[in-house]
Amino acid sequence: MSPLQFCLIFSGVLFSVGLAGALARSNAILVLLGIELMLNAANLNFIAFWRYGPASAPATGVIFVIFSIAVTAAETAVGLALVIAIHRHQRSIRLQEATRLKG
Amino acid sequence: MNAVLILIALVTVGTAIAAMAGRNLLHSVLLLALAWTGVAAFYLWAGAEFAAFAQVLVYVGAISMVVLFAVLLTRRSRDEAAPGPAGQSRALSAVMAAAAVAGVLVGAILRSPLAASPGPAPAVTVRQLGAELMGPYAAALLAVGVLLTVALIGAVVLAAGDRTGQPEDNP
Amino acid sequence: MSAAATTSESFLERAPLLLRDAVTGFLPEPARWLANSLLSIVAVLAVFGLLFAFLTLAERKILGRVQNRPGPNRTGWFGLLQPFADGIKMLTKEDIVPRAADQLLHFLAPVTLLALSILTFAVIPYGRHLVPVELDSAVLYFFAAGAATELAIFMAGWASHNKYALLAAMRALAQLISYELPLLLSFVPVVLATGTLSTTGIVAAQGGWKWHLIPHWIVFTPWGAAGFAIFMVSALAESNRSPFDLPEAESELIAGHLTEYSGFKYALFFMAEYFGMCALSGMAVTLFLGGWQAPLPVLEFIPSYVWFAGKLLTLLLGFIWIRATLPRLRIDQLTRLAWKFLVPLALVNLGTAAFWSLTSAWSGPLQLLRWAVALVLVAGPFLLLGRGLTAGLGPRTYRYA
Repeated sequence: MSPLQFCLIFSGVLFSVGLAGALARSNAILVLLGIELMLNAANLNFIAFWRYGPASAPATGVIFVIFSIAVTAAETAVGLALVIAIHRHQRSIRLQEATRLKG
Repeated sequence: MNAVLILIALVTVGTAIAAMAGRNLLHSVLLLALAWTGVAAFYLWAGAEFAAFAQVLVYVGAISMVVLFAVLLTRRSRDEAAPGPAGQSRALSAVMAAAAVAGVLVGAILRSPLAASPGPAPAVTVRQLGAELMGPYAAALLAVGVLLTVALIGAVVLAAGDRTGQPEDNP
Repeated sequence: MSAAATTSESFLERAPLLLRDAVTGFLPEPARWLANSLLSIVAVLAVFGLLFAFLTLAERKILGRVQNRPGPNRTGWFGLLQPFADGIKMLTKEDIVPRAADQLLHFLAPVTLLALSILTFAVIPYGRHLVPVELDSAVLYFFAAGAATELAIFMAGWASHNKYALLAAMRALAQLISYELPLLLSFVPVVLATGTLSTTGIVAAQGGWKWHLIPHWIVFTPWGAAGFAIFMVSALAESNRSPFDLPEAESELIAGHLTEYSGFKYALFFMAEYFGMCALSGMAVTLFLGGWQAPLPVLEFIPSYVWFAGKLLTLLLGFIWIRATLPRLRIDQLTRLAWKFLVPLALVNLGTAAFWSLTSAWSGPLQLLRWAVALVLVAGPFLLLGRGLTAGLGPRTYRYA
């Protein structure tokens, strides 16, 4: 197993853990964190290919990760604001109970 | 492949699993902060210094803080106390689905002819990154700036909600 | 610690390197690198540990003099052994953990806080050849490690299982997050002007003198002075120092997130607070006050680390002086100061710095214009925003006093 393959497996396992969390848990915050973990796994792949992959422009992988981190920050802010809004309306953040679109 | 990389991978995946399986929401968030630090350690190991510190600054410094705030603000609901039988079967199917995804991914990775280029890590200085961001990626940088602003305003509007007529708003 | 010293430098300048080589010189190459790293860790810990001890003494002495009392003077000569007596007292005190507390987090919080605040010492250039770790993005590393300390404060408040501690932790988080912004924004102009994120690079960019008199320190430009002021105010708030010590205002709000901590764990928190203060002051010296550079060419014979120590101690005494002088703020005043005053000022300051570096080629009478525009850009928003901040607040009349 080459280092690149190890890094990719690492990120694949991390992605699956995030996926399991996002699917299994009913708490909205934990679901959001699971998605966060999946995004991190994707970033890991960018760095892995940047480090070991075929030579490309020297900074591409890092720049992708930087943009990805910025987008994730925006995603988390909006996601948590939604969670708080749901909690204000329903007094609960269980996703099963958030069945109404009307606020 | 060296011991440091294996250690980083084990710690990151281990804390992530513990966070996703944990009963205590706050412990989950703190464990995830550790997992994010592990990812940052991987970036550092791979030589992407700037990305590693940005990861710590954004994830451990900012995102985990916001998540903790959200946890405390929504703590009244004792949700995770006792998952019913429906929750357990759902958890089981979720774990199976994730395991299937992991199996497919690992199998595909192991079969594909991925030869690592043996060379050293591509050296990239902060100055280089800045030049790239201001040159070829300037449009993307602007778009991200707009996105962050819009997201920030949207989050404030969503979370603040309709608060007219509450007496404590007027000191 | 890196870079071979050129022999043209004075003996004192090279003394730390010579000392290090004398200790580890006989080792083979990989072991030597390890030994050097360990040695710099030990040196940083010893120096800042002692600085912490005597800083607490100096603080108590100075506060005492300001309040017209002698301060601690019973242990040792003039109270010089007081810090060690305090340390022994803290070590022998009973360590009480509430039964309902989250035992693991209750223990981990002070350890994490102290570890993270020690980590920040790694990238500060203490002298010409005295940088423990040279990083290309050292400033980012410093603030990343500093940002992570907030997590430890939250852990302390939550693990105590005490409503006052939890409330105080929320308050502390609100304060720390608010002041993180101006702190980060105030150093961005420095990075803009010097074109580097490495601390050694920033210090090197501030070398040299204008007319052999005025050093090229960043604080001697209009935007640099404004940035330094914003940085120091935010640093006061980030290190929980008076007048921003709301998280643990022990005379009014019990002791905030420290309520359930006693004995040596409390001492660890105390130590972390002082370490954080030292690290932020060290970063302020590096970013704005020219690091280890001497203020005048004729004074260059004094070794660089002495200059760094002098500037650091000046800033630390300033911290103590401010604590002795200013009363505590209310939480709404505190957050308003950050969001409505410091953040906009820091953003405007970024524009001022951009103007300054765009007009660096101007000379002659244009130079005067450059200074005038920059000063207006610094002073105008300050006056306007300051007026908005204090609007409606007249001088208070004391009717029954």
